[in-house]
Order: sequence, then C-alpha cells, then structure tokens
Amino acid sequence: MKIAISATGNDLCSTLDARFGRTSQFIIYDLDNDSYISVDNEQNLTSAQGAGIQSAQTIIKAEAEAVITGNVGPNAFRTLTAGNVDIYLGTGLTVQEAIDKFKNGTLQKASGNNVEGHWM
Amino acid sequence: MKELIIISGKGGTGKTSIVASLANIFDNKVLADCDVDAADLHLILNPDFKVKKEFWSGKSAYINKDTCIQCGKCVELCRFDAISANFAIDKIACEGCGVCAYFCPQDAIDMRENLAGHVFLSNTVHGSMVHAKLGAGEDNSGKLVTEVRKHAKQKAEENNIPLILVDGPPGIGCPVIASITGADNILIVTEPTLSSLHDLERVVNLANYFHIKPFVCINKIDINPSKVSEIVEKCAELEIEIIGKIPYDEDITKAQVKKQSIVEFNQESQAAKEIISMANELKRRLNI
Amino acid sequence: MQISIASGKGGTGKTTIATNLAYFLKKQNKTVTLLDCDVEEPNCHLFLHPTWTSTEKSTSKIPLVNMSKCIKCGRCGDICHFGAIANIKDTVLVFPELCHGCGGCSIVCPTGAITESEKEIGDVQTGTADGLEIVQGLLKVGEPMSPPLIRSVKKYANTDDEFVIVDCPPGTSCPVIESLKNSDFILLITEPTPFGLNDLKLAVDVVNELKIPFAVGINRSTIGDSTVWDYCKEQNIPIILEIPHDRHIARAYSEGILLLKALPQYEEKFTGILEHLQEVLPS
Repeated sequence: MKIAISATGNDLCSTLDARFGRTSQFIIYDLDNDSYISVDNEQNLTSAQGAGIQSAQTIIKAEAEAVITGNVGPNAFRTLTAGNVDIYLGTGLTVQEAIDKFKNGTLQKASGNNVEGHWM
Repeated sequence: MKELIIISGKGGTGKTSIVASLANIFDNKVLADCDVDAADLHLILNPDFKVKKEFWSGKSAYINKDTCIQCGKCVELCRFDAISANFAIDKIACEGCGVCAYFCPQDAIDMRENLAGHVFLSNTVHGSMVHAKLGAGEDNSGKLVTEVRKHAKQKAEENNIPLILVDGPPGIGCPVIASITGADNILIVTEPTLSSLHDLERVVNLANYFHIKPFVCINKIDINPSKVSEIVEKCAELEIEIIGKIPYDEDITKAQVKKQSIVEFNQESQAAKEIISMANELKRRLNI
Repeated sequence: MQISIASGKGGTGKTTIATNLAYFLKKQNKTVTLLDCDVEEPNCHLFLHPTWTSTEKSTSKIPLVNMSKCIKCGRCGDICHFGAIANIKDTVLVFPELCHGCGGCSIVCPTGAITESEKEIGDVQTGTADGLEIVQGLLKVGEPMSPPLIRSVKKYANTDDEFVIVDCPPGTSCPVIESLKNSDFILLITEPTPFGLNDLKLAVDVVNELKIPFAVGINRSTIGDSTVWDYCKEQNIPIILEIPHDRHIARAYSEGILLLKALPQYEEKFTGILEHLQEVLPS
C-alpha cells in the first residue's frame, strides 16, 4: 500500500508540510517494501486555481491510498474522498515520524476539511 | 500567529487610514495590502520595494495570422466576445478558457501565460510589508490577494511575528473573499451614511458565510449622529460588537498629504485617541 | 450615449454623480436609463427610491455531468483551464465556484454526458423613479464573480434612450472593465488627496487601454492638495466637474437624499457636464 506525505524536502528527514495544495512535493511511501519516491508539486505553486484539487489528482495518480498532511481544504477533501484516499492529519513531525505514527495507527483521521479553501 | 483583516463593504470609509495608524501602534507585525486593484497603504508607510516578483496568472489567446484560415470557428465558440470579426483577440475580454485554441482546426491559436501584475516585498519602519499591483483590467484579483497573504504569512513564520495586519479591498466579491477566507479576525470599518449601513449588512453576511464573527468600527461619526444610532442598533441586531467610534477629522487628510497616519501627525487629536483606544481593545481581544 | 461614472478609489462620489446626473437629464426631458453596475454594493436606489417593477434571477452556466453516459475519457478535465471539472477514478467532480462558464467541457464530451445547468449568481431588478428607468444588479453574497451579473445588467441598456448612465464599481479590475464596455464617455471621479490621485492614475491606465474618451470630476475639491490638478494638466485631461467639500452635501448624502433635491444650487455643475458632452461627442 502506498501513502503520500506532503513534505518540505525530498527525504524522510524532512518535515511534514502543513499545506496540502501548495506543498512543494509529496513523498510517496510504499509500505509493502519500505521504499519511497519524491513527487514534485511545483506546478501547483503557480497554478491558476484549484491547487488543492490538482494536488489531490497528483497523489491519486501516484496510486496513494492515504495521505498525511497538516491542512486540507474543502475542494481537496472532496477530490481525495472521490479518489478513495483516506486523509490523516499531523503537525510538527518529520516524514519518517509521520510514517511511523501511521503504521502505529496513532494519527488522527480527517472526517472533513479542517480549513476553509484559500479560494483560488 | 493571528491575522486581522480590515474590510468595509462600501469603499472610502477609511480602512487604509486606520490601518496606517494601527501600523504605528502595534509592535510586532507584518503588513499586507490586499487592495490589489488600487493599493494605497504604501503611500503612507513608505516601503523600500526590496523585492519585486512577477505575478503570472491565467492565459490569453493568440491567433497566428499565418496559419489562420478565418473559418470563424473560434468566433462562434467564444462566449466572452473576445474575438472580433477580423480575428483580433481583445486581450481584456479574453477569459483564457482555451476553447478557441482547443477547437481551432488549423491549430492556429496559442494560449500564452499572462503577466497579470507584481508583488512587492518590502521593509518599512513599521515592519515588513507585502503589497501588489494588479495589471489594468486583469481578472484573477482574488489569486493575487492570495499571493500577498501567502508572502505575509511566510514572513511572519520565518521571523516568529505574531500578527499579520491586512488592509482589505472594498466590496464583497472575489478579492474580498480571498482576503478573509481562513482568517480568524475581521474588523469592518463603516461610516454613518445610509449607503454604508446598507453595505454593512451585506459584508457582515459575507463574514458569516465564512463563519467569522467580525468587529465593527464606526468612522467619521460626526457626519450624522442619528445614523450612528442606527448602526449601533443594526449591530446589536446582527450580534456584532462595535469596538471603535472615530470622529471625522480634517487632520486625517492633512496627515495623508504629509504621508503620515493621524497618530503620527497629531497624537492629541480626538481621532488619534479613539484609534489608539480601539487598538488597545484589539490587542486585548487578539491576545497580542 | 452611454456615460460611465468610474473611479479607482472607493468612496469618491461615483453614485452621487451618477444618480444626480441621471436625475438632472430626466428633468431636462431626456430619455434616460440608469444602470447600477456596482453589483456587490448597489446604492443608487437609496437616493432615487424606485418602484421596482420586476426582479429576474441571473444565472451563469455550470456543467452538469450525467455519469451514466460518461466513458471517463478525461477530455473535460483536460480542456478546463480553471480546474472546475476533474476526473477522479469512477466519477467526475464539478467545482462550481471555479467555473467561468466557457462551455468547453460540454462541447468536448464525446458522448454528450455533459450538459449545462445554471447556478444563481444574483438578481437584476428594474424599476422607475419619476419616469427615470433604473436597473440594478445585486450579487448573491458569497458569489465571487461579478462580471457575469454586470453583463446581464448592461443588456438593459436601451439603445433608444438618449442617455444611459452607468454607475461603476470601484477599482480597476474585471468588474470595472465589464461596466465600462461600450461606453461613449467615461467620467472618472476622484478626490484631491494622495490616495485619490494614486488611484486616479490607475483608472486612467485602464481607460486609456479601452480608448474611450474621458474626463475627470473632482469631488470634495477644497480638501487635500493641488496634485490632482497638476496631474490632469500634465496629461491634458479635462476636468469638467468640481464640487467643494460641503458639510451640507455630506449630511444629505448620509441621509440618502439626492444632492439636487437637497441643494438645487448645484444644478449648474451638471449643466457643465452636459455642455462638455455635447461639445465632445457627435450626437
């Protein structure tokens, strides 16, 4: 199973990025073999609109079944849910810590968006 | 980190003049001017325009005259009247939807990135400031507002600054929505006129729509004391608090001409004193 | 003749000038319609007290996807430049607040699975006040985009009227452009302060792009400084109106009383505007 983590850098020591739509990259971690890749999200830093929607599409395309991030707006939430991606929230963690918490089942699962959209 | 957004509904009630004063009074803050259509705060705060960033947003269509066979498909499909009978694109009308380019049988139309404005990151004697200039007639003002807020947040986070003070735009449309979405504190500046009272209700509805309870400040109260009473009644009815009542003072304009806020120009004026008192109340409410 | 009253800065007096100009022209027995295009905060009606004769809901188009016809080809998501329609696994999501109503997705869909439905963006109300026709747009609170509603209001510009007066919103971006389109003349209202001058220059940039003849009106002309006059002289922009700062004007305005009803001595100011228009525009 693959999980996506919004990250400020491209390795497991980097911190979890609180932003979902405007994060610069996602770490896609494969739990089955403990390998990972980094997927660039830079196009969303300048996207016309709907960064949250596009970020959601990026990780759905990467076949992630869950995402760990800090804040998810209403459009991102809707898109992730339609793509059958579970959303987990965390703050002040490194990517590795977030993955460990996920494995231990100690991350909070989001039942809705926890922030309003940036609207555009 | 707290954000305080100052909006008004009706234009011209005195938001920018009040923000300029608050910039003098609050200690540790980042300033953001989200009135990207017609930014004025920089005229008082004198930023150094240290960094200028390009704001690219949306696309515009370009027809290659050499490849175009003038079949008229683009004109037929364009919903924004942006293509003339002689196949010239009206750049202002062009919404950047790309439909013409998609369906052109000759591939004669390009969608090109649009330079829509600039963002300025500056230092001022009152702290860091972010403001912007939207290109004439551009749309996407909401997105430029979001950029300004994003840069202000980054600056505040980098330097552990607890407050972002935002000068908002007039109205209730997309730049205002982009200014208040996700904010925790809004101050509405109103004035005792029938027009402003009418607009107050709409801007309060907008704040409610985004689940934010605003504060209200009544500016230029001596224009019409009975209208002040009507506003007080209306606020009670809408269950929102009035935290400032500022008298009309010609010195505010004189201060502006001297590129100063009223609290710098004449600290002893009644208007300055009321603004200082309101600022203290805001400090208490925001816990800063 | 379509005359738009605009500014860069809010609160300079556009609505005051628009309503009084329309009222003045009607008194001169001209046929006049007043269009209130400040659809976010329309205020003309507060001064003219029209009897509203009709209210129409204004809508803009959004896609409606029939999933039973959808073959998940993804073309709708590809064509959309605004991210308003997205193909996600087994479904297609529509985000109405991002949609610009271009119709691309419905045209490109190979199976006709996308039709267009409508989302309400506001109302257009029409009415009369002493024979003066008034049309106003009122944007639904929370609806971000005003240009489509402004477009609806402008459709009511009656080409048989001698004058169509347009009260524009403040600012310089797309709602203002939409209001200014097809104008024969633009009157930019400013105040002689640093903010007023700064925003006037921005408005002049916009008007120059549209290549429509214009002039400046200075409200509260006795405050501030002389830099607005210097700027207009330097740029060869005619100043065709000057109204002094007057407590009585402010009081009447605050009560919602039309300037020319409270202080009829100001009528000569509007005679001046009409004379200028007759001079510079072919009738």
